[in-house]
Amino acid sequence: MSRGVRRLVPVLGLVPFLGYLTIFLLIPTVSVVVGAFVEKDRASLSNIRALGDEVVLRTLWRSIELSAESAIIGAVLGALLAYAVVTGRPDGTLRRSVTSACGVLAQFGGVTLAFAFIATLGFSGVVTEAGRDVLGVDLFGSGWLFGLKGLTLVYTYFQIPLMVIVFLPSLDGMRSQWREAAESLGASTWQFWRYVAGPLLLPAFLGSTLLLFANAFAAYATAAALVSQGSPILPLLIRNALTSEIVLGQSHLAFALALDMIVVVVVVMTMYALLLRRTSRWLR
Amino acid sequence: MIATSTGAREGLEVRLEDLRRRFGTVTALDGLSLTLAPGELVALLGPSGCGKTTALRIVAGLDEPDSGRVVVGDRDVTDVSANKRDMGMVFQAYSLFPHMTAQQNVEFGLKLRGHDSTRRRARAGEVLDLVGLSSQKDKYAGQMSGGQQQRVALARALAIEPSVLLLDEPLSALDAKVRAQLRDEIRRVQLEVGTTTLFVTHDQEEALAIADRVGVMSQGRLEQLDAPEALYSRPGSAFVASFVGLMNRVPCEVQGGRATLLGTSVTTLDGSVHGGRGVALVRPEQVQVAAGGDDATVVHISFLGSFSRVTARLVEGTELIVQTPSATVQDLRIGDRVGLSLLADDLLVSATTD
Repeated sequence: MSRGVRRLVPVLGLVPFLGYLTIFLLIPTVSVVVGAFVEKDRASLSNIRALGDEVVLRTLWRSIELSAESAIIGAVLGALLAYAVVTGRPDGTLRRSVTSACGVLAQFGGVTLAFAFIATLGFSGVVTEAGRDVLGVDLFGSGWLFGLKGLTLVYTYFQIPLMVIVFLPSLDGMRSQWREAAESLGASTWQFWRYVAGPLLLPAFLGSTLLLFANAFAAYATAAALVSQGSPILPLLIRNALTSEIVLGQSHLAFALALDMIVVVVVVMTMYALLLRRTSRWLR
Repeated sequence: MIATSTGAREGLEVRLEDLRRRFGTVTALDGLSLTLAPGELVALLGPSGCGKTTALRIVAGLDEPDSGRVVVGDRDVTDVSANKRDMGMVFQAYSLFPHMTAQQNVEFGLKLRGHDSTRRRARAGEVLDLVGLSSQKDKYAGQMSGGQQQRVALARALAIEPSVLLLDEPLSALDAKVRAQLRDEIRRVQLEVGTTTLFVTHDQEEALAIADRVGVMSQGRLEQLDAPEALYSRPGSAFVASFVGLMNRVPCEVQGGRATLLGTSVTTLDGSVHGGRGVALVRPEQVQVAAGGDDATVVHISFLGSFSRVTARLVEGTELIVQTPSATVQDLRIGDRVGLSLLADDLLVSATTD
């Protein structure tokens, strides 16, 4: 085997991945970007202009609100859970069970998750019925589960475990010597967190929160299964533009809405990359 | 305590009194008592698990003894938390805060003490100068070599003018050349600032080179505490003799406080067996080798520059290492018969079972 071929062999492993990215990420992204600027087979800015429509803007804002709320709640609760895990034994039951559960639950979305919440907190859900029978309280209320609050609660269900998965390595990376060095230099626990642990973990925490935001912002299946009326968030508005039987021929508006989402995600991921770059300078 | 012009203070006496510490079924410290004189550097030396690091951590307040006391000057600090003990500590490695520059690391302890930024900067500059790193003050830990990081860690520990300096194997993660350089540097700085210092290491060369006194530990106890020369030439036990430096074990006969080996009679040191068969502990440089004798056969020669080590097998089978100037053995070959003579006046003779 010649040297050139030998060098190429390890790169061959990348081929399926690159092929996959090209077919399912690159081509759709290009189609979305190009499609957003086309109307009736001609170049047009009408769909881009439609993004300024009040309904679209309101929906975009709701999407951002939902993503931010579920990301912040997920990040705070997930970070606390991750901290509880790292303070336990590295090979202890708590760590093994929490990390295994988080691995599964972070992927637990879509119809099954929506059903789980409907079965517990829906109109005839187990908890709702129990609340009515035992406490005389109507937990279902006016159907909050199917609104923005409900979506926030449901999203938090997979955001917390995702936070544990992405934040745990940063907590693991905190060296005991840092705490001990700070202590021997006179730092109290509060001062250690304020001057050492806090600043060290902040970029990772914010970066993880941004990942959670992007995760919620792009989530579709759970919301689609839970919300049957209206399109309160952007992914559902795109679905509506693509499949509505009332207003036909809006596929290019869907492309423009998708472009809107891409822009938001690119901004978020750029911020994430900047945070990573800051941390990597410390850890070089 | 008196501050000097370099920011140094006169050291304080540090007493470890009958410290005991168990971890489950393992006894880490078994009644350790040790007194460090003001300004003295004592090295605790011993194999892994002998309790030396536990002792240091208890002094630092990072671990608590089951019983016993730690007294610094006149103050019993046993129940004082680590952040109120006024001790500077240098860890094995990776203890610099990675998000702070060298200067910020050094200023950290001063900031906690409420010093203003002008005073902090001046003091940080002083100690960074002391360890020869002023030019690196704006670098992060990740941008410095291991040796530089440990220098900054030393500067950081010294910046707060601690009453005691604790060094927990600070050189073990460095390569040999940097280790030797930094070792000398630590000693120079310690002498300059005069802080009482406890240094923990498993490296005997390091301990002997740097310390005023070396405490050899085994199984949670102090086997011997002595000046490096005394420890080397007059080990108090077979363990100390075998742990510190190379040591030959030569069978001998003991009678009336004298041992006979290699055709010579020498005085036995305190702690030796009183009579009968024993094993004399002989340093390689306490034996002289000469070509043409009939005491032993050369089985190996290691050339180590200015000196060489010759391994010779005695008639009854014992192998002896002899350290001698290389010039004296340049004609020796493996298999040659040689004569051996003893250069020591007194030796430690342990029981044959030790």
